[in-house]
Amino acid sequence: MSEHRHEESHVIEYGNYIFIWLGLLAFTGITVTVSGIDFGNWTIVIALFIACVKSWYVLNYFMHMKYEDKVFKLFIVTALVTFIIFLGFTFWDYSFVR
Amino acid sequence: MSSTEYAAAYPAHRDDYGSRMGMWLFLFTELILFGGLFIVYAVYRYMHQQEFHMAAQELNTTIGLTNTIALLTSSMTAAMSITAMQKGNVRFSKGLIWITIGFAFVFMVNKFFEWSAKIQHGIFPGSKDLLAKPNGEILYFGLYYVMTGLHTLHVIIGVIFFLFILRQIKQGKIHSTRYVRLENSALYWHLVDLIWIFLFPLFYLIH
Repeated sequence: MSEHRHEESHVIEYGNYIFIWLGLLAFTGITVTVSGIDFGNWTIVIALFIACVKSWYVLNYFMHMKYEDKVFKLFIVTALVTFIIFLGFTFWDYSFVR
Repeated sequence: MSSTEYAAAYPAHRDDYGSRMGMWLFLFTELILFGGLFIVYAVYRYMHQQEFHMAAQELNTTIGLTNTIALLTSSMTAAMSITAMQKGNVRFSKGLIWITIGFAFVFMVNKFFEWSAKIQHGIFPGSKDLLAKPNGEILYFGLYYVMTGLHTLHVIIGVIFFLFILRQIKQGKIHSTRYVRLENSALYWHLVDLIWIFLFPLFYLIH
């Protein structure tokens, strides 16, 4: 464990950030375009899927998660699973209310 | 042992790894805070689909899109300021932090005009015009004000963090080999960006 604490800090070059940024802008463009087309219930699914892809890039590159220890990744998974359980149980409950 | 000997034997405790871990743990409490609101949104939208669509048409997509671009770009400049600091380019790092703060102000000015326009049209929590609307629309605008309001509060806090960072750089407390506070402030800023990535399609793009 202790050797991780003295790890060399990872330097990400400016160019890589610009590349990720352009990708994020492109995905934003796609979301806006797609929202103009009527896919019925799929519109929201597509919009959320693109939002998840964008988040993945922000987390891994802007937030350096890609270069962090496994413990940090385990944290993220735990937090997301907790959120999904909350979401899942709430909808389960409401589907009986209706 | 004299105090100078003590200081030599035990250098100031420093744990950047632990610092970042603490920040991430804090960010997860933020995820649960906003997550709860997203669940409320999901359930009400499920129950009032048509009304949510109607209400969303009142929002200005261009303002939403401008703010999305402002936050994405500021997120990039925040991340770049760390690279600049790691390379020992302090001036550039400070410049990038100022640009980040600049974009935060673009975001807030936009939000100000957006909310002002809504309030002038009589759409604000508890207003007569809003209460005359169907239940689903009242819920939509309630969530709109609470969620974007809480988000903007985070933007303001992010700016305060960055101003502290600039002060500490000036004081020499943050430099090319010690920058975990800059990293943590940037992490906070990215979280603000992440939340907006979901707020934008959910409130502005459901026509």
